[in-house]
Amino acid sequence: MLQHAESVTLQAGLFAQLLDVLKNDGYRLIGPRVRNGAVVYDDIANVNDLPRGISDEQSPGRYRIASSGSDRMFDYVVGPTSWKRFLYPPRRKLWEATRDDRGAWQPEPAADECQATAFIGVRACEISAIRILDRVLNESAYPDSAYAKRRRATFILAVGCAVPAATCFCTSVGGGPSPEADFDIALTELGTGDSHRFVLRAGSETGRGALRRLTDHLSLKPTALQATSEADQRAVDEQVRRSVGQITAVPAMGRAREILGASLRSDHWETVADRCLSCANCTMACPTCFCVDVEDVTDLTGTHAERWQQWDSCFTLSHSYLHGGSVRKTTASRYRQWLTHKLDTWHDQFGTSGCVGCGRCITWCPAGIDIRDELATLDSEVSEEAKAT
Amino acid sequence: MNPNSQQSEARRKKTQRGKTRRKKPKLAVFKFASCDGCQLSLLDCEDELLAVADAVEIAYFPEATRATVKGPYDLTLVEGSITTPHDAERIHEIRRKSRVLITIGACATSGGIQALRNFANVNAFIGAVYANPAYIETLRTSTAIADHVPVDFQLNGCPIDKYQLLEVISAFLHGRKPNVSPHSVCMECKLSGTACVMVSKGTLCMGPVTHAGCGALCPRFNRGCFGCFGPKETPNTASAAATFRELGATDAEIERLFRSIQAAAPAFHEESLIAERAQNTNHG
Ligand code: SF4
Ligand code: SF4
Ligand code: SF4
Ligand code: SF4
Repeated sequence: MLQHAESVTLQAGLFAQLLDVLKNDGYRLIGPRVRNGAVVYDDIANVNDLPRGISDEQSPGRYRIASSGSDRMFDYVVGPTSWKRFLYPPRRKLWEATRDDRGAWQPEPAADECQATAFIGVRACEISAIRILDRVLNESAYPDSAYAKRRRATFILAVGCAVPAATCFCTSVGGGPSPEADFDIALTELGTGDSHRFVLRAGSETGRGALRRLTDHLSLKPTALQATSEADQRAVDEQVRRSVGQITAVPAMGRAREILGASLRSDHWETVADRCLSCANCTMACPTCFCVDVEDVTDLTGTHAERWQQWDSCFTLSHSYLHGGSVRKTTASRYRQWLTHKLDTWHDQFGTSGCVGCGRCITWCPAGIDIRDELATLDSEVSEEAKAT
Repeated sequence: MNPNSQQSEARRKKTQRGKTRRKKPKLAVFKFASCDGCQLSLLDCEDELLAVADAVEIAYFPEATRATVKGPYDLTLVEGSITTPHDAERIHEIRRKSRVLITIGACATSGGIQALRNFANVNAFIGAVYANPAYIETLRTSTAIADHVPVDFQLNGCPIDKYQLLEVISAFLHGRKPNVSPHSVCMECKLSGTACVMVSKGTLCMGPVTHAGCGALCPRFNRGCFGCFGPKETPNTASAAATFRELGATDAEIERLFRSIQAAAPAFHEESLIAERAQNTNHG
């Protein structure tokens, strides 16, 4: 019976076994863990590394973790790391070349090791972000083969958000706190203590396989894993409804394209630039920003050269460096580039917005600049102008 | 040794001979007012030191060797700031015999920690420190090398990062642009996967206005950035100061943040004066 169930409920105490199944399947596990006062994504050895009893508090320019006083494991939301880090590493050697005895250069592609990896605890907005990266890096005219390889080797264990942060706005950009597609397994965490449990839903053949192996793994304890009851299904739906209700709507997001199209000459860009540090934290933290720079390095002997790719940002001067100098010298022009690309011209380029509403750029901006507020200000400017004419 | 490798050894020697028909570039290292830490970064390149010695002729480097070769030099590294009338003359002489002159470190690039004298009365310091102040001949200010002579490249840091130094030397040797990015320390901080200490702990951090190069060393060890590498490109120090103030910093603390190792770097200098004035108005 169990084999055919749409979703299954697993006692929380046996969550470790799910991780074991993935490990036995050969996956490296990357998931949330507390490091230096934040929930970051990194290698995890087992269930004890997960941030049990941890919640987070987020607002513009501010992040704190707190003890939630419960035994739940996923009551935090997104932190400073995004999965981009593992699919599209911050720094990567592209190729190298060595000068041979006769003085001729012998190029060689860089070794690019990539291990099958399971991402543990991927949020719905993060799945959307990965889909955007797929679009940009994989489904373009010039696919990034290293990205494609890593992406193929990725298992996604998604999790629904029970406690959205004040910076979350997935619901205003076409998403929501509950993973709907493009995962291998999605889980919802319900209850605490004795009733602490996970509802697991397979979303791919790979996910179904993993659930089957989990069933076999647990075959000696038939009550540990059961087809999800109607009551549990209702509890899941109720949790999603509650989370959606907690997320503050950003009405201007739906009109971002019109607003920005009418704001290119606004003075407001200068007002933001007074605060903007052009530090690039927003773009580094954003799960969809994909800009990179390449650096050529030679060693002292001049017989070995390497080309490296590294994350870059539209907030640096070199990003817009063309013949004769940088095009976007002012911070106002750089901030405008970031916002208009993310929310407007991204559509022209990739047929989607570049923003999934994760709120990282808001939380991790040291100056506390909030794209929701900036857009709202531009919106009111635009509508006032419309009234005046 | 098998005949094959002997052959290739001979070929290597031949190509090397062919190449060394052009003489090895002469490297000189000069010191002004400084702690020697930056020069020592070069000696600290243990693994690469032999390669450096292979690639250049170390013509003048008192910290490393007593032998000196007369100028002109192809590549001159200058450490330290100008603080005495004699130094102010000597740097011109060094410039004259250097084809390329690169400053290394905060002292040479902006005046260093000793530029704190620029904000005070140097005679008061001399009186406090020396038994016979009359013997001391010094300038009122500590200034950067570029304030005295044209400089080809400035490598900042207190001390400089040895990998950046090797990068600059390699770039010079092979006629390419050094990869020394002028963006923020924050970028290195995020690249390294560190959670921002300012956002996650409220620790004051100079990273958003500071030039990259250290790999975000302090934030990686849970400290705020001290700004050792000087101002980044287009630094918005006013917004950084406002951010610090919001985190509860006093004007005196803000003044101190901007007035330390890079006190005389123009952007930091200006912001420290603003914070200083704010204290005076608040208390006066
Ligand atoms: S934006 Fe939505 S999906 Fe993303 S973490 Fe917040 S609640 Fe979850
Ligand atoms: S722009 Fe901001 S809210 Fe949108 S996806 Fe990027 S980091 Fe998240
Ligand atoms: S918006 Fe914030 S995070 Fe982004 S560059 Fe400006 S100050 Fe830095
Ligand atoms: S810790 Fe400092 S350097 Fe790192 S991101 Fe925060 S402000 Fe920038």
